[in-house]
Amino acid sequence: MINFQYLRTTSAKSAINLLLKDKNSRFIAGGTNLIDLMKRGVTAPEKLIDINHVPLKEIELVGNKIIIGALASNTAVANNEIVNAKLPLLAMALNAGASAQLRNVATVGGNMMQRTRCGYFYDIEMPCNKRQPGSGCGAVGGFNRMHAIFGTSDKCIAVHPSDMCVALVALDAVVVLANAKGERNVLFKDFHRLAGDTPQIDNNLKADEMIIRLEIPTNNMAKNSHYLKVRDRASYAFALVSVAAGMEVVDDKIINVRLAMGGVAHKPWRLTAAEDFLKGKEPSLGNFGQAAKLAMSGAKGFGENDFKLQMAPNTIIEALTIAKSKA
Amino acid sequence: MQSSDKESTAGDSRRDFLKKSSLITAIALTPAAALKAAENQADERFAELFEKIPLNLTVNNKAFKTSIEPRVTLLDYLREELHLTGTKKGCDHGQCGACTVHVDGERVNSCLSLAVMNEGKKITTIEGLANGEELHPMQAAFIKHDGFQCGYCTPGQIMSAVACVNEGHTGSRAEISEYMSGNICRCGAYPNIVDAIVEVSKGGMKA
Repeated sequence: MINFQYLRTTSAKSAINLLLKDKNSRFIAGGTNLIDLMKRGVTAPEKLIDINHVPLKEIELVGNKIIIGALASNTAVANNEIVNAKLPLLAMALNAGASAQLRNVATVGGNMMQRTRCGYFYDIEMPCNKRQPGSGCGAVGGFNRMHAIFGTSDKCIAVHPSDMCVALVALDAVVVLANAKGERNVLFKDFHRLAGDTPQIDNNLKADEMIIRLEIPTNNMAKNSHYLKVRDRASYAFALVSVAAGMEVVDDKIINVRLAMGGVAHKPWRLTAAEDFLKGKEPSLGNFGQAAKLAMSGAKGFGENDFKLQMAPNTIIEALTIAKSKA
Repeated sequence: MQSSDKESTAGDSRRDFLKKSSLITAIALTPAAALKAAENQADERFAELFEKIPLNLTVNNKAFKTSIEPRVTLLDYLREELHLTGTKKGCDHGQCGACTVHVDGERVNSCLSLAVMNEGKKITTIEGLANGEELHPMQAAFIKHDGFQCGYCTPGQIMSAVACVNEGHTGSRAEISEYMSGNICRCGAYPNIVDAIVEVSKGGMKA
């Protein structure tokens, strides 16, 4: 690992000020992805600002919103009573990700900021437009079994690897960001971005900003929600396809529904067309199948990942079926 | 609890040789001008990159004070500086769990933590688990149930297993497997590892 300067800070304000001083500086929280990337030479910040002592670890219910500080650990959120009672989808998604050791250290903000696990991004001998813009994409026409089927560009077909973010986009979370002048809110669905012509940019966080907290509205879908992750191992593997599903059923009619997919796009992929179709309908297998079909509109395989074109709709149907059957 | 210094001398000398030889290689590969610049602080920016950070932490109930380059991982600090080589370097990328230690009572991958990020923390390694000559119940259970073959992943498995029991994730064999999935065993001793954890969890162990 190339050496770097190390600074520690205890307030968000000073963290942002330190970030402004040097454009080659980076925040470090849990570090479970950043340290790995630095060891492999994928990134080499000149300065690390340790923000672990900034007091942003709260998890609380305020009115009809659950507030989660950016530095709350994945374990703390997954084990939290309020989260499990009101937003079990989020706890399920967190527990489906990484390992107990990593979740103890990894933070909410860090989870959002983690980079893709595309093998071409990680191997510095290989071309990768995300790591080195203009060098080409190894995955298009290469080993792309794990890669995207939605919203791809000819520059990049990498996927965002998070499980937590799939639940958050389904839950209509809001991200609160701060710079030296103040705070701004961004809808979770607008935080991450598609690769387009600039795959080196994963999200819409600005260079002078810090993630402060999440604000997640509570809903009536807690009972009938499920996170289903399909992967190569039973545990501790990234998703081939994952689905976050939640619904509110009254008198055998779906009056509210949320659907999002992971492992299929450069950002957590909300399935609004499928949601719109299901609203007001019976929670039947036939309707779930129709919704899954709508969700797959525009999907495109790249060879090795063609199986996702069948696995994705099947996973949507299965997730909806399990969510519905929860009593 | 105390840190164990009972490493075999043969092992120590082999490690020391490797360490010295790699140090010599590192110096040989560093451009002379760069070393000189750092030494004279001629280039302040360059010199800063060599800066060492003071570090105070407790390892196996013993306080340590040092100063260390920020790029040193907790794993390398434990193994190379404190010679606590029970904690293993497997993949060094957070994928295998061989480096699992407890930080303030919680299991973490020491390969993905910078030593300097652990200022003021209490670290427990496999060497700190036994009470003198008396094995920790989890260590005894791993021996009884043959929870290993080559043994390389075992320190990490045991540290993770102790945490798994303390966290209360031992409701079923499936739950144990799920919460032990961050520790890979290439010999495939998984069923025996789960046996050991089941036995300890039934005995009401608390570490």
